[in-house]
Amino acid sequence: MTELIERAAAADTPAVELSMQQAINRALRVLLAEDPDVLVFGEDVGALGGVFRVTDGLQEEFGDKRVFDTPLAESAIMGMAVGLAMNGWRPVPELQFDGFAYPAIDQIVNQVARMNYRTRGAAPMPITLRLPSFGGIQAPEHHGESLEALFAHTPGLKVVAPSDPGDAYSLMLQAVRSDDPVVYMEPKARYWDRRPVRLREPSDPIGTSRIVRPGRHATLVAWGAMVQRCVQVAELAAEDGVDLEVLDLRWLKPLDAEGLAASVSRTRRAVVVHEAPLTAGLGAEVAALVTEHCFRDLSAPVQRVTGFDVPYPAGPLEPQYLPTIDRVLLAVQRTLEY
Amino acid sequence: MPPHTSAGRESITVDHLSPDLTRALYRHMRTARDLDTEAIALQRQGVFPAYVSVRGQEAAQVASASAMDPARDFVFPTYREMAAALAYGVEMVGYMATHRALWHGGLYDVAASRFGAVNAVVGGPVPHAVGWAVGERLRGDDGVALAYFGDGASSEGDVHEAMNFAGVFGAPVVFFCQNNQWALSVPNERQVAGGSVSARAAGYGFPGVLVDGNDAGAVYEATAEAVARARRGEGPTLVEALTYRVEPHSTSDDPGRYRDEAEVRRWRERDPLTLLRAALLAAGHADEAHLAEVDARARREAERVRDGVATAPEPDGSELFTHVFRENTKELARQRRTWQEEVEL
Repeated sequence: MTELIERAAAADTPAVELSMQQAINRALRVLLAEDPDVLVFGEDVGALGGVFRVTDGLQEEFGDKRVFDTPLAESAIMGMAVGLAMNGWRPVPELQFDGFAYPAIDQIVNQVARMNYRTRGAAPMPITLRLPSFGGIQAPEHHGESLEALFAHTPGLKVVAPSDPGDAYSLMLQAVRSDDPVVYMEPKARYWDRRPVRLREPSDPIGTSRIVRPGRHATLVAWGAMVQRCVQVAELAAEDGVDLEVLDLRWLKPLDAEGLAASVSRTRRAVVVHEAPLTAGLGAEVAALVTEHCFRDLSAPVQRVTGFDVPYPAGPLEPQYLPTIDRVLLAVQRTLEY
Repeated sequence: MPPHTSAGRESITVDHLSPDLTRALYRHMRTARDLDTEAIALQRQGVFPAYVSVRGQEAAQVASASAMDPARDFVFPTYREMAAALAYGVEMVGYMATHRALWHGGLYDVAASRFGAVNAVVGGPVPHAVGWAVGERLRGDDGVALAYFGDGASSEGDVHEAMNFAGVFGAPVVFFCQNNQWALSVPNERQVAGGSVSARAAGYGFPGVLVDGNDAGAVYEATAEAVARARRGEGPTLVEALTYRVEPHSTSDDPGRYRDEAEVRRWRERDPLTLLRAALLAAGHADEAHLAEVDARARREAERVRDGVATAPEPDGSELFTHVFRENTKELARQRRTWQEEVEL
């Protein structure tokens, strides 16, 4: 841990203005440069630089042996990652869109997640699956999905969803350096959001949440693109004298039960916000953890503001499907008035 | 041999191979046959919950695995590759542990054995072989991957995706299809459109070879050539070894419901072990006295493995949690404590 902190201090850079897509690109550059075993591959990640340009320039800089295009077959991409890992590589495959992870579910769930277990540690899977995720860009069907509950429910996988460029950078370093398989869910809606960021080495252990905005009256719990939405809600609520804390879970597995409990024990109220459908979503896990850890401190039941139990809808309907600022504000009101 | 019929030749020859090799093939096939018999007995005795026999497929497995180099290559099996594991040098008590259900993937060391874990999603390991092989080339090493799969698995999307990837990347991989003609209860003609697995290689741009899977010498030659091609950097080969599953799919199966016993009898008569034994004697690679000695050694080895797996300790319950992650999570540590307090007692 001391070593981590020292490395973090040494590697800190002055603030630069970057989008999340650029920040992840910077992290991949660092990883490719520091570890000759890191390989970046997937559909269109080479000359094109990925459909979101996250791998822009990487093939040029590191060559087509380290950064390469594959044919279009998600299951084989993940199966290939397994074989590469068994041959000592550290694969960072991309599946182009979240909905295209479904064709690869067998490899992800039956193979990647279980190989270390099946082989009793003889075949570790230091694979980071980069998965552009969630909605908010009014994309065609299968180009906006929320698979986090599926992955978090799968023994052997770790799952992370960054919410801003700086965190995306650190979390990517952490994910790829981890010897466990990590599903790294990149919120597409936040890719182009530019802000001054300090590129930091990871300093918190895997599975640590962070308080994005401290507050006293209720905790908004979110991840990915919904974190920014919750910050907007908190700013609006502040105008009415309501002081909301925003907790970015970041890691959806392992999920930071302690950080969650510490926040909600203080504020006594929690609203969990996610894009995925309500039923059996991670909001239920958050609600259960809050109940287990904070039952006596709670002033109101946990509120869930989520997508509806319908498929991600087409363009004009998507804003009505995703949790709106108004819906979150209403949930805040319900919890405060309970 | 006409493709995909049960009318094979009545004899084989091994004149073109070295006596050391053919004697080794016979020894491994004999040992696998005996171990297979022991395994079925262990299932009948209730020691194994279930077992999948390799009987009749020993030539296809032993001869192909013997064409691989355990010092630098890597084999990716599914779940019916006991004879291949044995010939490749896998620690067999650990291998058979999977059939006693001591650990799903078996208890042998996958990395040290260079033989993948037992895997029941039959198409799943095939792209692993391609990934491993691509990784080998990226590093500039000359190892070759071999993926075993069956006629049933040849229908799996992963197998097709893997072959396309291998063709595109020119990966040093051998796709080895043991066509035992029955995918559980479904015969070739209702499984393999076009009638040939090996013919599909043409569509992926690499050679496909059909070989008599009960002819150990022919299987060895075909696989050795495929391995040599891959090692020379000339890319993948698909070898289809036509054989027959003379036993039920598993000890839980009832083949009387779906296939004709006369067909099974014909294939039992084309037994690969009997064919190889006769060929060894005809080639002068061994005499009856030598073979009797090999038979006795095989018997002892099969009994050693049988006793080893039958008496192997069951894994400790704490192992439920040991290998889920390399870096454990607080939550899993908490659940392990729950197990200690509420289950282990």
